[in-house]
Parts: sequence; structure tokens; C-alpha cells
Amino acid sequence: MRRLSLRAVLLGLAAPVGALVFAAAVCSVILVVTGHSPADVVDSMSASLDRPRTTVIAVNNATNYYLAAVAVAIGFRMNLFNIGVDGQYRLAAMLSAALAGASFMDGLPSVLRVALTMIAAVLVGAFWAGIAGFLKVTRGVSEVISTIMLNAIATALVAFLLNPNRLAVLEGNDIHTPTITSGGQVPGIPYSGSSTEVHGLILVAVAIGVLYWFVLARTRFGFDLKATGLSESAAVASGVSVKKMVLASMLLSGAVAGLVGMPELLGGAHSYSLNFPPGIGFIGIAVALLGRNHPIGMAFAALLWGYLDASSNGLDVAGIPKEIVAIMQGVIVLSVVVAYELVRRYRVRLEQREVGKALGTIKVPEVVGS
Amino acid sequence: MSSIAVELTGITKRFPGVVANADVNIAVRAGTVHAIVGENGAGKSTLMKILYGMQRPDEGTIKVDGAEVAFHSPADAIKAGIGMVHQHFMLADNLTVLENVVLGNEPRAGGRLDFRAARARIKEISDRYGLGVEPNRLVDDLGVGERQRVEILKVLYRGARILILDEPTAVLVPQEVDELFGNLRELKAEGLTILFISHKLDEVLSVADEITVIRRGTTVATVSPAEVTARRLAELMVGSALPVPELRESTVTDTTVLDVAGLTVTSADGRTVLDDVSFTINAGEVLGIAGVEGNGQAELVEALMGIRPLSAGTVKLRGKDINRMSTRDRRDAGVAYIPEDRHRQGVLLEATLWENRILGHQTKKPNVRGPLIDRRAAKADTQRIVDQYDVRTPSIDVFAAALSGGNQQKLIVGREMSGNPVLLIASHPTRGVDVGAQAAIWEHIRRARAEHLAVLLISADLDELIGMSDRLAVILRGRLVSYCDPKTVTPEDLGSAMTGAGEEVA
Amino acid sequence: MSGGGLSVGVETAPTPRKRRIRPGAYWLAALGAIAVIALVRVLTGATDLTSRGTVQAALTAAVPIALAALGGLWSERAGVVNIGLEGMMVLGTWGAGFAAYQWGPWAGVFFGLVLGTLAGLLHALATVTFGVDHIISGVAINLLAPGLALFLSKLYFTNAPGGGQKQSPPLTDAPHVTIPLLSPGLRSVEDRHWWLVSDVAGLLGGLVTSVSLLTIIAALLVIGSVFVLWRTPFGLRLRSCGEAPVAAESLGVNVYLYKYAAVIASGAFAGLGGAFLAISSSQFRDGQTGGRGFIGLAAMIFGNWRPGGLAAGAGLFGYTDAMQLRGSDAVHALLLLLGIALLVLAVVQFLSGHRVIAAVAAVLGIGFAWWFFATDALPPELVGAAPYVVTLLVLALAAQRLRMPKADGQIYRRGEGG
Repeated sequence: MRRLSLRAVLLGLAAPVGALVFAAAVCSVILVVTGHSPADVVDSMSASLDRPRTTVIAVNNATNYYLAAVAVAIGFRMNLFNIGVDGQYRLAAMLSAALAGASFMDGLPSVLRVALTMIAAVLVGAFWAGIAGFLKVTRGVSEVISTIMLNAIATALVAFLLNPNRLAVLEGNDIHTPTITSGGQVPGIPYSGSSTEVHGLILVAVAIGVLYWFVLARTRFGFDLKATGLSESAAVASGVSVKKMVLASMLLSGAVAGLVGMPELLGGAHSYSLNFPPGIGFIGIAVALLGRNHPIGMAFAALLWGYLDASSNGLDVAGIPKEIVAIMQGVIVLSVVVAYELVRRYRVRLEQREVGKALGTIKVPEVVGS
Repeated sequence: MSSIAVELTGITKRFPGVVANADVNIAVRAGTVHAIVGENGAGKSTLMKILYGMQRPDEGTIKVDGAEVAFHSPADAIKAGIGMVHQHFMLADNLTVLENVVLGNEPRAGGRLDFRAARARIKEISDRYGLGVEPNRLVDDLGVGERQRVEILKVLYRGARILILDEPTAVLVPQEVDELFGNLRELKAEGLTILFISHKLDEVLSVADEITVIRRGTTVATVSPAEVTARRLAELMVGSALPVPELRESTVTDTTVLDVAGLTVTSADGRTVLDDVSFTINAGEVLGIAGVEGNGQAELVEALMGIRPLSAGTVKLRGKDINRMSTRDRRDAGVAYIPEDRHRQGVLLEATLWENRILGHQTKKPNVRGPLIDRRAAKADTQRIVDQYDVRTPSIDVFAAALSGGNQQKLIVGREMSGNPVLLIASHPTRGVDVGAQAAIWEHIRRARAEHLAVLLISADLDELIGMSDRLAVILRGRLVSYCDPKTVTPEDLGSAMTGAGEEVA
Repeated sequence: MSGGGLSVGVETAPTPRKRRIRPGAYWLAALGAIAVIALVRVLTGATDLTSRGTVQAALTAAVPIALAALGGLWSERAGVVNIGLEGMMVLGTWGAGFAAYQWGPWAGVFFGLVLGTLAGLLHALATVTFGVDHIISGVAINLLAPGLALFLSKLYFTNAPGGGQKQSPPLTDAPHVTIPLLSPGLRSVEDRHWWLVSDVAGLLGGLVTSVSLLTIIAALLVIGSVFVLWRTPFGLRLRSCGEAPVAAESLGVNVYLYKYAAVIASGAFAGLGGAFLAISSSQFRDGQTGGRGFIGLAAMIFGNWRPGGLAAGAGLFGYTDAMQLRGSDAVHALLLLLGIALLVLAVVQFLSGHRVIAAVAAVLGIGFAWWFFATDALPPELVGAAPYVVTLLVLALAAQRLRMPKADGQIYRRGEGG
């Protein structure tokens, strides 16, 4: 929100770049200790980047991750931890897939089918997150705990519903929801040199990103949300109804979480099965942290994550367990939050010093609570 | 002449961009009460943190009983016989008195904590100094006075010979202060040395054997109370005469702005914290509420602001019932609010000044246009406040955290005076600010009063209350027990009324 | 993002009344619970509800949960929230698999403990030294640990005899002990199917028959935690860091040190829990923990941040876990038990004046009872959700009786308080 200066930009970049370098160093050490060559890993991963297909997969991954990250970031901006994006996304994807695949939908126009599917996903995601929001405002239940519990309950519910006697069909050994016919699908965007297409719903991810930026930076609602995140007590004194904000942001977060599965469902898999990638909600947390809840920062972080995942598949072939990438991602998250914290403290002190200098005062600025 | 218990020489402590202490020199004789006075922000607390090992000086030496020491943590200070009673109690509510007292210095039997021995020792100290502390009670259940006695017992339990008391009277009424001073004289008689930090000059004059004055981070004089007057001390403290809170001619009109009737608030655990409170404030009038902290003032403010639900009663603003209005609606209806805790409720520390200008006024021009924030206009208006209210800042794009408390408070006052409010609820408006800011804030309140603003003033500073109020009400255990005329009442009478000792006074 | 999160809604939970509940009351409540279960057993004919086999299975399932919960207890009593327990457990399972197949179960236990300790150290470093938000650090550890475990698994187990990319070679279990005369005696009483008497016999039978040494160690660790945390100076200091770190600092307590100790111990317990899990199932498998770290966290909250409570919670969740393995009758009967428990809660809440909560509990209780009577079986997929549903219900309906450490989850920095 503040004027851009060269120093501000450098300070902003110091943390993520430092974290990446640190993570790469840690992984190199692990590789060397376990008798692998870091150079081989770099070779394998950069070689895969030359393949157009990897790029497409990376972008498609990034689309999912970005949506999950925005869902998480909506909570983060007001100090709410929606750990439950994962459960919200899976339950929403499963139920909306069942709806989209239902035979009565065949008769509807394509646009309406897609819209209905996405609305269903948004509603389910919002509902599931809303339970946590409701418990927090009425009973003071920590959303961290309740969303963890709701994730596990969602897992059980999905397992229960994904059964040929209920919402799924059995096809060979695969259990999945009825396949969505072409009228309910969203066409992809072709990418030259790759048979896989970029998910058409990447545009939804972009739109969500723009909307997220606009609401936070330019609207009263966004101001209230950020104020609550910075200081709940000050927000209350300023007239913000924190309970309403908690409920609203949990519902919004869940709604975006509901969209996470849509690009894959409508653009790739066309049905929900247990092959749907789990853990996207947690990746969303990582991406939101790395991107500092910033709409563009998160986009870069999502692309990085998507690329790391897409290019890791070749590693197993090269005889290096591809989990080295998962380790790297974990180290990035930990080191980036440490780095941001150090930069934040440095920045506050720097500013106090400058204000002190500018005013020639010797008053002690009161210590900032962290 | 007794020996020197503590000697601070050339102490300097810098923080980023500021010098909190510069070349501080103090010598405290053993077996005396030595007061350290200075206005808010003069560097008293930093100095005491240094002496107690919580912070380390950049320059200078500390000698205890003639031997030079270097404290790396409070543990070192405790070992050297120094104990500190903090202004904000340092107690764990969910632990018992016993656990709080022995923490860090536990008697052991084998590998276990020897509860029996601990209990006996606490009883012994409590009885010797007449502190009346019960070891097995949960601290959560104790009142303010009891907690302070537990704090003193904690220090004595550690065998401290040198006690630092940081603004110990801030939470006490005059009668309790007398009791405390009685205790201090008893401790002194036992040969203990006491460092007494305060900015209340009359208290200092009555209890101290010697007084050191700190101004702008450095020691300016050490005097004997017999040789100085309060006026002279004040001049030493601020380098000029202290501003005096006073109102000029009455501006009270006969239009009722706030009408509170039968206000009752019940806390979550079922206690009645406000009981049938009724009062009115007219346009151009300042109503002061006097009371010992914790007697319902905070709840009253929150109830009026719509932050805390009422169990009974009505609140009318200019004849209109606002009972069911949200905090935001009340603000929109013309209620301005200076909250008691600036950092927690008044500002967003890690947001810019212009964002802080919007805070609390998210629905009002010039900050917004419909549902959107109008950044340009908000910034322009922030600049107006900074200029008019003399907020010392290099720019409106810095974080509020970078400003001193006084400047933060001036920003808050300027913000709340914007948009033509009809009622100002000011809770401790000058707490923790320097005298310059204090005088400025008083002047702004006077000016707004002249322009027919109704003001509810809550303060712990009796001089401020008496000087700034047109009428004074005393709150005790959630009830308004009496009214006083600020023109005739003395701080002592007010203190009696606040403790309930003089309910007949009024 | 500060660690405390939003406190909204908390004020609706009144401070608990200081009414000490005597230990006898707990025993009475436990006996009452058994009587109800016994009654349900008689009514439904689901003998597995209280059979010796169920109790044994429940005990085995409860041990890793209890250890994770202990890990949570140690950490949170010192004021550090640890949702990285799951990841720490994962490392424990791998460590146990790695060492146990080569050098026997005790080496496995030791290795699991060491890996958990290292993960605890990492969490301490991030949260205590660098002041990172506790939840975020925990999430990062949960991202990191499974990747690391699978990486190492591929590296060391792929070519080991009987191992694979995602599993270790078979492991030897730790020794089991049976109390000679008592065990068969209880069995004969249990087989009579007398109400309450046989149920208690089945319960005790499970506790004295073929009990793993690992289970006994876990029980000792719970008791040891009570002693260390509540009876020693070390424990008092550790707890003071979770209640009022600034006050502790002002008395010369090295808050960082105790937080470090607590979080490292927390990792050690979680690692141990993972090791016990791998060893008692005779193999390390990828994804073996299956959220047990989170269930442990739930058990600790269910147990109100107290060792006795978390043991009860772990026992309860282990019991529902065991039910999944025993016939569908017993699983179905769980619905009725849950219904009755909710109705009891409704009465308790009504008597303490919480009308709305009582009504909600009653409606839910009737709902579960109705579900029991209207159906013949409970889908096994849903049973796994039981611990989570129960914890949510406890949080939602009995939250005013819970009391977490006051400074739990808050970031503490030396010299910045007061």
C-alpha cells in the first residue's frame, strides 16, 4: 500500500530469494550425503522444462495451487487460519462432480451446466468452511482445530459417498463419479507442441486474483478485513463487527476453496475419483506464505510450485527419489517465513530510526508487539 | 551517612533512532527510599529495566554495594539482591499464589518441589510484613491490592535488599497509597533500600528521602524533599512549568446529547459489572467519571460504544434510542471515541498514518465513496490532521508504530474530532503521553467543548478530572455513587468517594 | 500474522467456576460410562463392545494417539502450539522401520525417538528463536516430513529384503506380557455375559493379557509427565512459560530454554508414537500415521490439556478405531452410545443454565439415537470420522469447561514484554 522505492522492492525480494537459495543449498547437501549429484537433479529438472508438456502441466498445477492460495490468503489477511481448504476443496469437487455427471444435466445448455457445477462447488466449499466460521463466532472454537477436524470428516464423507451404491460408478477397478459428458466440460487452451491443453478455467483463477486484489486494496470491506487482521481490538473499536467479518471471510475462503478442483474436474479428469490430488489445500498455505498473500506474489509462487512438481516426475527415472522436491518445498516454506519475519523486524526498526532522525527526537518509540 | 547500595554511572542506552538514556548518574544510599521522577517517556522505565537486567546498557557501569556488576538477565539482578515490582503485574493467573511466588527459586526435596516448605516460608513472610497473602489461592481470584501484595512478597521471598517499585500507585486510590507507603517505611526500617519510580510529585515528596529527576533521558538533579517544592520539581522535570488542566467559563447548554438510564451490564461469568447507571450529558458539557480502575469504567465505555451488550437500560443520543445500534452505526450517528489503550484499540501499529486516519471512519467522507476507499481524499485529510494537530512525523506514509505515544494520540484525537461529532467518549486521553501532547490534547477538548461537543471523560488522573470536568460522577463497583462539583472538591475527597469510604461526602 | 489468532467469540464462554472435582467423581463417571456401555451391549447383543479382544485392539490403537497427545501437552503447556505432531510422527515411523528391521525393535524405538526429537528441535528453532507463527511452522513440518520419509524410504527400503519403495521390510514386534492366573480367570467371567460384571472382566482382561511392553512404557510416560509437569520445579517453570512467559522471565526463568525443552520433548513423544505405531504393526508404510498426530491433538484438547484427560481421550479414540476392526454390530452400537452421551451432556448443560447448548445437544443426541434405531448398520467409512466428530462436539458443546494455557500460541520475545 506504500510508495514503491528501490529499497522497498529489494527488501521485499530479499526474503523469498534468500529462502530459495537456502532451500537449494539444504537439498544439495541432502543429495550429496545420500550419494547423488545435485547437478543431475538440476539437469533433469531443467531438461524437462524444455518439453512443452511440462510447461502445460506446471501451469495447470499452478492454477489449482493459486486458487487454493487465494482461499488461504483471504483468511490469513485477517488472522484466520483456514487449514481446511483441503477438505473444502475435495468435498466440493466430489459433490459438484456428481451433480455435473448426473444424467438430467445432459439436457441443459453447456454454459448453464458449467455454471451450475461451479456454483455447486462454491456453495459446498463455503458451507464446509462456514461450519468452522459458525463454531468460531458462536462458541469460540479455534478455526485451526475445527478445520483440521473437518478435513478428516470430509475425507470420511468422500469415502462414504464415493461408492457405487451412492454417488459413484464402478468402471473396471476404478470408482469415480459419472463421467461428465462433453456438454458439461470446459474446453482447454491448446499449447503448441503439447497434446495436453492448458485448463480453460485458468481464466477463472486470473479473475479471482484480480477480484482478490480489488476487494482488499480498494473496498471498505477489504479495509475492515485487513484492519481486523492487524489488530482485532482496534477493529472492534473502529466499528468492525468482527463476528460478521469472521463468518464472511470463512465463507469467502471456502467459496474460493470450492473452485480449486474445478479446472481439473471440468478441464481434465471429467470425473471425481480418489486419484484427485490430495493436499492441495496445504500447498495453498505454502504458496500463500511464499507469495505473502499478495495477488501477484502468490501467482509467482504457484508457478514455482507447479513447475517443481511437474518437473520432479523425471527424477525417479534418473534414479533420484523425486521427494527431494517435496523436501525442497518444505524447506522453502520454513525458511521463507523465518526470512519474512527477520525482514519485517528490520523494516520496523529502520523506519523508527528514520523517523527519529527526521524529528531529532529522543523519545522512546514504544515497542511493537509482534 | 550510610553506604551506597546502588550506584549508576554514565549509563547510556540507545534504541534504533533514539537515545533512551544518556549519561545517567544516580547514587542510592542503603536503607533509604530514593525516588526517580520524570514525565512519561523521559526514560525511567528503560533505566529500571537496565538495573533489573532486562536490558543492557550500551555504556556506563552499575555498582551494587560497591562492587561492579554486569547483569545479563533478571536472574543476575535477583542474585545481587535486587527485586522489582512491575507496574503491570507479572503474575500467571492460572497458577496459585504459591506457584507464582516460588517460580524460579523453588525449594526442593529430592527432585520435587517442596510444597510444604514453600507454604511455610510464604506464611512466615506474609505474617512478618502483615501482607495477608494466602498461598493456595489461584491468582485469578485475587483483587488488585492483593495482587500487588503478592508481587511484593515475591520480591521479599527472593531475599531482595533493594526493591524497585515501578509506578506502584498507578492502580491505587489515595487511601491505598497511604497503606503502601506505610509498608514501604516498614521495609526501610528493616534496612531495605527502595527505588520508587513515579511522576506524581506530591507522593514522591511525602515518601522519598532523596529524589532524582530525569528529563529527556538524562539525570538533571538529585534533591532532598525538604529542600524543594512540587513546583520546583515540576520545573526540573519538564524544563518549564507543568501545564494545568482547567476549563474557562462554562459552555454548558440545555440540549441533552447523551441520556443514559438504568444501564446494567452483566459479564460473561454472571457478575453485574454495571448496575443501574443513569446520567445525562448536555452539549458543551464535560462529564468526568472518577473511580478506581476496574470499577466498571471500561464496561461503561464499551456499553456506550455498542461493543458490549446491555442487560437492561436505555442509551439515547440526541433523543434517539441507540440501544440496538452497532458500534459502526453509533459512530455514524456522531459518537467519537478515544479508547483507553492506544496500542490495542486506537491504532493499527503496522499500517500507515493515512490508513489509521480511515480507521473508525470507514463509512465517512472523505475516506470513502460508496463501498470504495478514496485514497486520495483520505491522504489529503490525513495531511490536514497532521498539520492542525501538530503530529510530528516525516510523512503520512510511515507506520503508526514509528511515532511516539504522544504523536499517535494526537493523530487519534484529530481523527476523532473529524466529521463533526456530537459526543466524545474519551478514555484516559492523556495517559502515557508527554506534557506537550497533554497540553495540546486538553486544548483540543476545550475547543471542541466550546463548539458544543458533549464529552464523557474517564481518567485515572484526578487533577485532569477535576480540572477538565464541568461535573464529576464517582463510579464504585459498577454504580454511580455520587456527584461532586469539580470547583470545590479536593483530590483527597474524591479519593474517599472512590473507595466508598466517604459515600456521604459528595 | 500473530500466533494468537482472532479471539472473537471466546468471550461467550464464561470463565469456568472454580469447583474442584474430586478424583472419586472421575472413577464414578467412568464406572457409570461402563455401566451404560454394558447396558447397550446387553440390549444390542454386540458383545464386541466390551470384549477382551476389543480392549486389546483399543489399547494398541490408543498408544500412538496418547503419545502424540503427550507431545501436544508438553509443547502447549509451554505455550507452543504444535500441529506438526503428524509430521513428527511420520518421521518416527520411518526411523523405527529403518532401525528395527536391522537391529531389532528397541533400536527402532530409539531411532524413532531421535528423529522426532530432531523435528521438535526444528519446530523450536522456528517458533522460539525466529518467532515464526506456530501454526505455520507446524504446517511446514507436516509438508516436509512425509516427503523426507518417502525420500529416505525409497533410498533405503527399495532393495532391502521384503521392503519396497513405500514400505520397510517386516519388523519384529516388542515383547508382550500376560499376567498368568488373572488373565484366564477373567476370561471365564467374561464368557458368562453378565451385565456389568462380564463387561468389567472383559475390560480388565484386555488390560492384563498379551500387553505390549511398548504400551506399558507409554502408560509410564503419561504418569511420568504428571509428576514432572506438576510436581517438580522444572515442570512449574515449563508451565509458567505457557501461562505468563513475561512474568517467568522477570523472575529469571530462561523462557527460551524451557520452551526449547518442551518442544523437543514434544517431538520426542511424537516420534516415539510413530515408532510404536510402526513396530506394533510390524512394518513401516508410507502414510501409515493416517492423521494420528491430529487425533492426538484432538485427544489432548478433549482432555483439557491434562494428562489424565488426554489418556481418556486417546482411549476413547483408540476404542472407536478398534471398533472398525470388530464386527459391524459393535460399530452400529456406537451410534446409540454417542446419542446417550449427548443426552447426558444436554442434562449437565441444562443444569448449569446453558439452555441453548443443552437444546442443541439434546437434538443431536436424539438424532444419533434415531439413526441407530432407523438403520441396521453404520457404513464403515464413517467410523473413521468418529474421533473428529466427537472432538468438534466437545469443543462446540462443552467448550466452557476447557481451559488452555493462557499464552498458548502467542509469540514470545525476550525483553519485549512489560
